[in-house]
Amino acid sequence: MDEPIQNKKVDTPQDNSDVITMRHIAKSFGDNAILKDINMDLHKGENLVILGKSGTGKSVTIKLIVNLLEYDKGELKVFGDEVKDLSEQELKKLRTRVGFLFQSAALYDSMTVRENLEFPLKRILKIKDEKELEDRIKEVLDSVGLPDAIDKMPSELSGGMRKRIGLARTIILKPEIMLYDEPTTGLDPITSKEISELIMSMQEKFKISSIIITHDIACAKITANRMMVMDKGEFVAEGTFEELENSSDDFIKSFFKL
Amino acid sequence: MANAPAASYKGILEEAGNQVLFMFRFFRNIFRFDFEWEEFIRQCYMIGYKSFPLVGITGFIIGFVITLQSEPTMKAFGAESFIPKMVAISLIREICPVVIALICAGKISSGIGAELGSMQVSEQIDAMEVSGANPVQYLVVTRILACIIMIPLLTLMADALGFAGSYLGVNLSNHVSPQLFFSKAFSSVEFGDLLPAFFKTIFFGFAIGFIGCYKGYNSNRGTESVGIAANSAVVNASLWIIVIDGIAVQLTNALGY
Ligand SMILES: Nc1ncnc2c1ncn2[C@@H]1O[C@H](COP(=O)(O)OP(=O)(O)O)[C@@H](O)[C@H]1O
Ligand SMILES: [Mg+2]
Repeated sequence: MDEPIQNKKVDTPQDNSDVITMRHIAKSFGDNAILKDINMDLHKGENLVILGKSGTGKSVTIKLIVNLLEYDKGELKVFGDEVKDLSEQELKKLRTRVGFLFQSAALYDSMTVRENLEFPLKRILKIKDEKELEDRIKEVLDSVGLPDAIDKMPSELSGGMRKRIGLARTIILKPEIMLYDEPTTGLDPITSKEISELIMSMQEKFKISSIIITHDIACAKITANRMMVMDKGEFVAEGTFEELENSSDDFIKSFFKL
Repeated sequence: MANAPAASYKGILEEAGNQVLFMFRFFRNIFRFDFEWEEFIRQCYMIGYKSFPLVGITGFIIGFVITLQSEPTMKAFGAESFIPKMVAISLIREICPVVIALICAGKISSGIGAELGSMQVSEQIDAMEVSGANPVQYLVVTRILACIIMIPLLTLMADALGFAGSYLGVNLSNHVSPQLFFSKAFSSVEFGDLLPAFFKTIFFGFAIGFIGCYKGYNSNRGTESVGIAANSAVVNASLWIIVIDGIAVQLTNALGY
């Protein structure tokens, strides 16, 4: 039986302030070992930025969190529950509590912006009332700064606008965790800055905990409370923006060169 | 390369296994609450209504051509009056179902393969899944069911227009009244001709929808895989249609239709 999932905030126990914990996670595709030993915590309310070169397995890491891919080994707990052991219903619930912004924004390109935003509302929150749908959509479009885009098709939107609508479609379910996959890649510096600021406002307004994958150092500087650097399927460094910026390690320094 | 044949057999078995699993997912998702009526009706429109012109013209011309082609032979035997009968039986039992199914494999199966393939490549299917919605229910179930319903209807339409084409063909050389033509054609067609053909087209519809969805849904990342998905959807669906046709003729003969 599909019950409507209420999007009320669930209080996390005080002694467990980590919303995600990963321990010794390994993942291969065939003979190709992508993740070797991933250990990471996401603290409640923080913005964690993950830096890393292309192809090191950053996207794979966050796809494990929502079970788009399955890990081979290790422990991965989200809100205290092992992701592998969730039933279909529990997984569905988890997925409404964790938002995912894809690199390509992944808008449904046969639907208008309105239909894109209605899609999760109708199916997950089971909202049928036209007025409530309309109010929710307006509210979320306002919070991403695109109130006029409501009747446009995705193909009419610029890259930055698509990212915003993608974000709107995700936060419309009021997630507690956001996973951003390269939110500013492919955007001009000004739009990048706007998106970075939007990520900050999500944190402030909705108290969302976030993982932000990026190699845009300007974005990291604006958004990061804490940063981790990934290389070849492992985390190789961790610290605040200033700490990593002043690192003596050549590999880490290379991310900060303009 | 001693291993090559073994590897390709393994690949074929793997593919067959994956198709069976995908079929289970389809059946498991039909019987759920919240059937996606809106999308289902949209797909019926896209698959059925939008194929009317192509299917209609094809049916008409097939009827016309078969009539003209068979006329000299039938005349030689002095059996022109059998033309309506022969055309009716061959159109209804075999030619229209198979030709229309193959055309729809080219138009519909490849279209579904390309559409779902590009949704897979651009992460739209993943996005649907992580939002907690059910992409199999929304995308796959609706499309396959729409094909199962629309392909038989399109075939019936082609049958009807095939008769019209045949009537035109007959009238090029003789004058036959429509009443005479159609009463001759229909007097020879029995329920037992229509029924197995109709059942067959239901399976054709399933093959067209299923293969399109399977190839699109499971396409790889990368833009070239959209083309691959569309192409292999046509090839595989056509093959399925021919195989189903071969099985169907055995079955109908065994059952005495
Ligand atoms: N579904 C998949 N199947 C096979 N290989 C994959 C899949 N997803 C990612 N990979 C491989 O894993 C590696 C890491 O990918 P990814 O996590 O996307 O890198 P990035 O750090 O740039 O986000 C790449 O080499 C990619 O080819
Ligand atoms: Mg990536």
